[in-house]
Amino acid sequence: MYKYNDFDEAFIRSRTAQFRKQVERRVAGNLTEDEFKPLRLMNGLYLQLHAYMLRVAIPYGTLNSGQMRQLAFIADKWDKGYGHFTTRQNIQYNWPKLTDVPDMLDALADVEMHANQTSGNTIRNVTSDHFAGAAPDEIEDPRAVAELLRQWSTDHPEFQFLGRKFKIAVGASDQDRAVLKAHDLAVRVVKNDAGETGYEIIIGGGLGRTPMIGKVLQDFLPREDLLPYVESVLTVYNTLGRRDNKYKARIKITVHENGLDEIRALVEEQFALLQPTFNGFDQELLEEIKTYFPAPSYINAPLDAYEVAYKNDPVFRSWVDTNLSAHKNENYAIATISIKKHGDTPGDASSEQMRVMADLAEEFSHDELRISHEQNVILPHVHKSHLPMIHARLHQVGLATANIGLVSDIIACPGMDYCALATARSIPVAQKIATRFDELKLEHDIGALKIKISGCINACGHHHVGHIGILGLDRAGVENYQITLGGDGSENAAIGERAGPGFAYDEIVPAIERLVLGYLDLRNTPEETFLDAYRRLGAAPFKAILYPEAKTRNAA
Amino acid sequence: MARQFTPKVVTANTLIEGDVVYLDSQNAWTSHHAEAALFDDEELANDRLAFGAAQSETVVGVYLADATAGENGPTPTHFREEFRAVGPSNYNHGKQAEQA
Repeated sequence: MYKYNDFDEAFIRSRTAQFRKQVERRVAGNLTEDEFKPLRLMNGLYLQLHAYMLRVAIPYGTLNSGQMRQLAFIADKWDKGYGHFTTRQNIQYNWPKLTDVPDMLDALADVEMHANQTSGNTIRNVTSDHFAGAAPDEIEDPRAVAELLRQWSTDHPEFQFLGRKFKIAVGASDQDRAVLKAHDLAVRVVKNDAGETGYEIIIGGGLGRTPMIGKVLQDFLPREDLLPYVESVLTVYNTLGRRDNKYKARIKITVHENGLDEIRALVEEQFALLQPTFNGFDQELLEEIKTYFPAPSYINAPLDAYEVAYKNDPVFRSWVDTNLSAHKNENYAIATISIKKHGDTPGDASSEQMRVMADLAEEFSHDELRISHEQNVILPHVHKSHLPMIHARLHQVGLATANIGLVSDIIACPGMDYCALATARSIPVAQKIATRFDELKLEHDIGALKIKISGCINACGHHHVGHIGILGLDRAGVENYQITLGGDGSENAAIGERAGPGFAYDEIVPAIERLVLGYLDLRNTPEETFLDAYRRLGAAPFKAILYPEAKTRNAA
Repeated sequence: MARQFTPKVVTANTLIEGDVVYLDSQNAWTSHHAEAALFDDEELANDRLAFGAAQSETVVGVYLADATAGENGPTPTHFREEFRAVGPSNYNHGKQAEQA
């Protein structure tokens, strides 16, 4: 893992000290709320419905055990004993007191963590593939590039007052596990025909009010050109992006209104100016950063214990079949810990659960944990012989749910239970769907299905790229839920299509049940997933299931 | 035509805790919706809104929220204000825990 140098340490400490003084001045009445608000947002502090919320960055989703323990400590000392993992690989605390936040930031700095640029119109936390360094299909570990971009974007003087926020993700595989095409800018590590490694640059993706799939700006950028090129994109966006209307201020609109070719030409022009000013230091830095992400030193051990448990213990077998992914070392596995126990809040982990995950990472996963954008936690490097022990210990704290990728592995934003922007609740809808399908005992038969719920049009819950998306709205003072179908957040990214009129709060769970059970009748084999069936059949039969009364009316 | 004025309460969040509060008839902040002063008169409501907004050393985000007279005092009319008056639905946290 990346280790802070003296510069990083001094920077984080000075930011925390500055914020402490800013809070003091606000409380003493020397700063107005209008003056203070942008300062607190720069430090990740929001005011929500019931309390403040502190959003802490987990750069590219990577944590060590000490950091996870510190997150648990912070949850116990200054919050209500839990934290909420988000779709941007952050953790949010929902109940901090304003005057405690400087202490919380100091406690984060003690473990090389911070809340900088987790809000505001700047470059946000750089996200990455949560299987980075472990996935068999990756060209290289994408986190070195993500860390380079994190350092470059932190406090970058030109990009602290962008027209709007700017989200960057990095991947290095054919399979996209980081929703690259829904980001303002995505970097994908690729190889060209000559076998050289470089970068594909995708821009203009984003969900929210105007969902767009990212477009390829450069299909192969040489390695040494990355920072000057990305900086050129940001400069062009910063200059050209609209500031007259915040709903048209993201780069997706800039690209849409000006055209990809025009943007590319402007970026090339800027790049010609910038590139000579990069003297190679960035490449030296990248080489140094790479040394912080070495391959784990694998152990050799017999697999007997694993094989016996797999054969004899059906609960363990189900967890293995559902929650494990292939590792680049065949004796190892990537274990995804579900933070989606049926009926619980998606993405919420208690301090006790955090400590157990930290212990397991330290003992069995080369001291590494990952947070996925799907709000789960990953042990990236687990020797298979340790899996039965890990499963048993997860089970003791309610973390052994075998549902990764299934109907109850739902992304849900905090919605109107916490968020000041929300137009409806998300969490109870997710809880009820998961509970219902657990009662039906059908989720393993249903198979791969991604349901994603947002409590407002800003789409933090990624509903546009859910195979089934749910968007909560306020319709004349009543919660109302729109369903979208056929979205996809993978390398085959697609925006879901709105199915029809929305459903009331007490109708949405039965509607989802009807839809999913209806799919079971429509699929041509048990292997045909919901998304595959939707792509084969189109929306019509699914709409007919959702709106049976319309079908009757048309037939009459 | 001007929209007819509907009864309002003055609400905000406290500066330090962020807790939801309401202006009561004594011009003090209460954490109980039922203890809020309900303003039927638009001019008076705006006047009390300005009064609340001026207290930026105590509260932030002061605004007028729709409410209606209930048996035990004003009650919210919109679900957002109902949630603010109670707390989140996934845990027994916030006001519902403190007022139990």
